[in-house]
Amino acid sequence: MPKNEVIERLDLDRYKYDFRTEDMPVFRTEPGLSEDVVRAISRYKEEPDWMLEFRLKAYGLYMKKPMPEWGADLSQLGDVLDQIYYYVRPQDRMKHSWQDVPDNIKDTFQKLGIPEAEQKVLAGVGAQYESEMVYHSLKKEWESKGVIFDSIEDGLKKHPELFRDHFATVVPPADNKFAALNSAVWSGGSFVYIPKGVHLETPLQAYFRVNQERMGQFERTLIIADEGSRAHYIEGCTAPVYSTESFHSGVIEIVVAKDARFRYTTIQNWSRNMYNLVTQRALVRDGATMEWLDGNLGSKATMKYPSCYLVGEGAHGSILSIAYASNGQHQDTGGKVVHAAPRTTSTIVSKSISRGTGRASYRGLCKVYEGSTASRSNVECDALLINETARTDTYPYIEIGERSANVGHEATVSKIGEEQLFYLMSRGMSEDEAMAMIVRGFIEPIAKELPLEYAVELNRLIELEMEGSVG
Amino acid sequence: MSDTTILSIENLHVKVADEGLAILKGVDLTLPGGEVHAVMGPNGSGKSTLAKVLTGHPGYEVVAGTVVFDGRDLLELEPNERACAGIFLAFQYPVEIPGVSIANFLRTAMQSRLVEGEELDLFDFQDLLLDRMNLLDMDVSFAERPVNDGFSGGEKKRNEILQMAVLKPRLALMDETDSGLDIDALKVVAHGVNTLRCEDPTMSVLLITHYQRMLDYIRPDVVHVMVDGRIVRSGGPDVAVRLEEEGYAMLREADARTVVQM
Repeated sequence: MPKNEVIERLDLDRYKYDFRTEDMPVFRTEPGLSEDVVRAISRYKEEPDWMLEFRLKAYGLYMKKPMPEWGADLSQLGDVLDQIYYYVRPQDRMKHSWQDVPDNIKDTFQKLGIPEAEQKVLAGVGAQYESEMVYHSLKKEWESKGVIFDSIEDGLKKHPELFRDHFATVVPPADNKFAALNSAVWSGGSFVYIPKGVHLETPLQAYFRVNQERMGQFERTLIIADEGSRAHYIEGCTAPVYSTESFHSGVIEIVVAKDARFRYTTIQNWSRNMYNLVTQRALVRDGATMEWLDGNLGSKATMKYPSCYLVGEGAHGSILSIAYASNGQHQDTGGKVVHAAPRTTSTIVSKSISRGTGRASYRGLCKVYEGSTASRSNVECDALLINETARTDTYPYIEIGERSANVGHEATVSKIGEEQLFYLMSRGMSEDEAMAMIVRGFIEPIAKELPLEYAVELNRLIELEMEGSVG
Repeated sequence: MSDTTILSIENLHVKVADEGLAILKGVDLTLPGGEVHAVMGPNGSGKSTLAKVLTGHPGYEVVAGTVVFDGRDLLELEPNERACAGIFLAFQYPVEIPGVSIANFLRTAMQSRLVEGEELDLFDFQDLLLDRMNLLDMDVSFAERPVNDGFSGGEKKRNEILQMAVLKPRLALMDETDSGLDIDALKVVAHGVNTLRCEDPTMSVLLITHYQRMLDYIRPDVVHVMVDGRIVRSGGPDVAVRLEEEGYAMLREADARTVVQM
């Protein structure tokens, strides 16, 4: 037996009184949520008391808060929430085999040209993808600069003060029902600290974090970009994330200190049964810049509005997002910018594509507090409808309490026209190719902001999504 | 019919799809390989419809007649199959494709002409594109612009000819390519078309135009005059000259039954 398996067994034994194991050698809490489950998670993670108290308080808030009645249809979600496991040890989560992965997912991996080892990781049946050479040289560089890039669990253990100073300061549990839920049961995610003045050229990529919990159902990421630092963090990838779970509710908190510049890129393609409800927010201080680049594909319903709270003078926030809603999917996405200091600026560019019975909604908030003098915000949202049955909506909320603010909102809806298709087909492209080309062109302003390999993958994925979209 | 005939249209009747409106009412036209034919006629006579129907536009329905292109039943083919078979339409109103560069667009069009599994050699493609842009007196940066997005009328027309020069069709349909071009641009376009014909003397051209002007630079072998969905007169280049001088009024005297066949 390999050594690490022995250790896993030992772990199991040590905790056997806490968790139901029955016949299956899995390590998870009971289905459904209770105070005991919350306690068990905290105990398993060997957390300090303050974190257990935090979790329990958040659990109370979660139980009190009503389900949101806006956005995506969550009427079936209650049943899902009663049945899911709120904590499954990641090693056990990977216990299902490659044979169990649906053919359509394997097929997409093939078409995307993803190496087999990586396919297995993405499908949750293999060990963590280790691009060792690259990772280790980067790790050395990060360490020499004092950069912390750890799992959220290790962040709490190894850097307790830094962690506690910032944790839940950007997204408090009371913020919304799902932030409360995440606060109660969070597991997995990243802890990142970029020291003062450090500039990182190479993006921090979540999959570099070897042998750590990642992509949990209730992932929690805390990032602190200290004064004058610059970095780019990339989470997820365009390949479909295969999961037997049907609920994902993450919280991403980012503190961008004075004059720092931080970009967070995430492209996610969830399996079609997934409810994806995520709170992503950045606190942006004096002269700092925060950029969200957010891509949402797949899932049954996604509600996700990356936010920038511009709390320091001259802070800038930028949100670029793409959503793709196919048959039976609802992408309710957009962005929030809150101007709470003078001379703050923000831009939101949101592009959505809906196809078949898919529905893409833009939901955006621009709020300018009184005293945020000479602040500017510009919102542009463009929707592309692939066919007659597809749907798009725009819900812009604009609250302005400052006379000197300058806020612009522009929305366009276009349909792939017969003349556009005919033009491309008259040059030799098939109808599918023509559709894909129009869609690629539509998202180009955002795709060009992605690192090349992600842009290429995104384009290929869109092509796959567009296959058979005709007729 | 000559055995080098590239296009043979017989008794073609076409109406607007989902409507009753008949536009082509029995068009007959034979185009031998390597020749340039011009189709002239007043607005609304059906010239542009003819070009679109030959390319496979879904907005029209063929009610009767046959079209044989290079020995194949053209009407059976999808627009992209027609393109791959060698038909090219230079659009009167080229469509904008935001976010897609001309280079990317043409590369995809070239790739779609290859059999499955075959990959376009990108260096060969780059060489071809540069050579064709040079021929049409275009700046290299033009290839990086999004297709027709924000183009002037003249730029759009030149982009059509660039595509034609890259894709090298067997039959080029040019739908009022001369409209919106100043005389210098017209000369560049004509030079491009004439060079393509020198490179491939079997390439045929069907030029749709209102005016004689274009025909001064691209000499037609035959000029057809279309009125009310039929070709009412066919002749040598002098027909175009007479039309220019006397206007379409001269045709009102001519009865469709007295079509002059050359």
